[in-house]
Amino acid sequence: MPFSSLSEIKARLDAGETTAVEVAQLYLDRIKAHNDQLNAFVHLDAAHVLAQAQASDAYRAKHEPRPLEGLPIAVKDIFCTQNGPTRCCSTILEGFEAPYDAHVITRLKEAGAVLVGKTNMDEFAMGSSTETSAFGVCRNPWDISRIPGGSSGGSASAVAAALAPAALGTDTGGSIRQPASLCGITGLKPTYGRVSRRGIIAFASSLDQAGPMTRNVRDAAMVTAAMAGHDSGDATSVADAPALDWLAACDKRDMTGLRIGKPKEYFVDGMDEGVRAAVEAALQQCEALGAEIVDISLPHTEYAVATYYVIAPSEASANLSRYDGVRFGHRCNEPEDLLDMYTRSRDEGFGAEVKRRILTGAFALSSGYYDAYYLKAQQVRTLIQQDFLQAFEQVDVIATPTSPVTAFAVGEKTDDPLTMYLADIFTIALNLAGLPGMSQPCGMVDGLPVGLQWIAPAWREDLLLGAASAYEASTDWSKQEPQAFAANGGEA
Amino acid sequence: MDIDVKKVAMLARIRLTDSEADELGPQLGNILGYIEKLSEVNTDGIAPTAHPHDAAMPLRANVVTNSNRRDALQAIAPRVESGLYVVPKVIE
Repeated sequence: MPFSSLSEIKARLDAGETTAVEVAQLYLDRIKAHNDQLNAFVHLDAAHVLAQAQASDAYRAKHEPRPLEGLPIAVKDIFCTQNGPTRCCSTILEGFEAPYDAHVITRLKEAGAVLVGKTNMDEFAMGSSTETSAFGVCRNPWDISRIPGGSSGGSASAVAAALAPAALGTDTGGSIRQPASLCGITGLKPTYGRVSRRGIIAFASSLDQAGPMTRNVRDAAMVTAAMAGHDSGDATSVADAPALDWLAACDKRDMTGLRIGKPKEYFVDGMDEGVRAAVEAALQQCEALGAEIVDISLPHTEYAVATYYVIAPSEASANLSRYDGVRFGHRCNEPEDLLDMYTRSRDEGFGAEVKRRILTGAFALSSGYYDAYYLKAQQVRTLIQQDFLQAFEQVDVIATPTSPVTAFAVGEKTDDPLTMYLADIFTIALNLAGLPGMSQPCGMVDGLPVGLQWIAPAWREDLLLGAASAYEASTDWSKQEPQAFAANGGEA
Repeated sequence: MDIDVKKVAMLARIRLTDSEADELGPQLGNILGYIEKLSEVNTDGIAPTAHPHDAAMPLRANVVTNSNRRDALQAIAPRVESGLYVVPKVIE
């Protein structure tokens, strides 16, 4: 049961074989038994979880079940949730309780989901390893001496160890797909504008997008269907986004005639040879399933990381100016004057990586440097978008490795920020272009999972889901369980 | 690249300690050095991206849509008096 998919749990609930309370209790017990090792959850109110489950069982007794009725979903600490802490895993939000729910939280509640705790993340989602959290390092269930990826590392770790059957993440430069890849689960980043950002603590507003992290492709579709939709409270939520039949997109499981682009820039020297081999094997499998593999080029790929590290920090430096010690969050003791209050509160409240990003952004936007950095990066961003538009004239979807390496060791990349930034080399470009992307398990190297990334044109998540579900049906990679956390082992 | 990191930090209203400045200065220099890679790209005549989907910003009617939640919003403030946010004195 703990490693069941949402679809399997839903079937058992619908058949009356279990109740939402029983399901919630099972995962609460697993969190209690295993969270000390993983540090995947940073807040958990068990009574609140059980109250939601009881309410769901009561609803089911009287009505037709809603799409996510009674299904537990863990929530990254970046989503505002009422009646409890929301910290974005930062010291500066110590004591903060959100006065409203994020729009997607409201949507999931309306769909009948049982929201479970808040999961660990890099502070303000700035990181690729979940090591910069104010709550300490999160661990990878496949090897607890290794990082789970980031920034949505707590969500990935929780789902991979079956402390929750599904979780919410956010993805600004790969923060859903990279940890999904490193923890051996499935993660979907929808098209920019598909899911409302209201109530999601802002990092880089032109890049941020929320999505699901799940045990399989169909579960990702189920959760996205509940999250997606226009919100008049978010000016960047797109009103006329083409509607999709999310579940139907997963049911065909047929790749015949699908043209899959294989960009040469994503199979480069320096990547892990085991990762390369696993992804090559996955593409051969797709060919055997009837797809056509087409060699393509995305020539500006090598500039994606540099472009991102101008645009995302610039937007972050503006977004994080709200943490000033006035209306909410940390205020330093006994400020001498207003400037002392701002500058000392912010120095005390932000961690080192957040400061690095704010300073990078403040520099890029400062007088005399704006044209050379910010404007230049936005021009290169246009070229990166054009690369994808040209590629999608030849192919239906693009397939790449999600990460050039498998999970690295805790502390391995923390001394050199730039090395950490390059961990996102394959995930960043599609955020810059606003495109949907997905990672799914496609192999193991030395006991660590490898992820296959799918990229589709804007609003065509159905193509991602179609390709990924066809591949998934032909392999067992999504069914792997980390032995240390297996259902009948490891219980304390 | 040599950067006056304390000056940049003050632009961002962050007061760095000396040891933080010593550590962040070279790191920032490395990051900006990497970013200079962008100067290799010919961007003559290329329009800067303003929105990932080139969408126009929507307009709404200028009417009140939310209720007064002052108490709830101020309950999380560091210091409040009579419905006002209290900060150190700015005018003598």
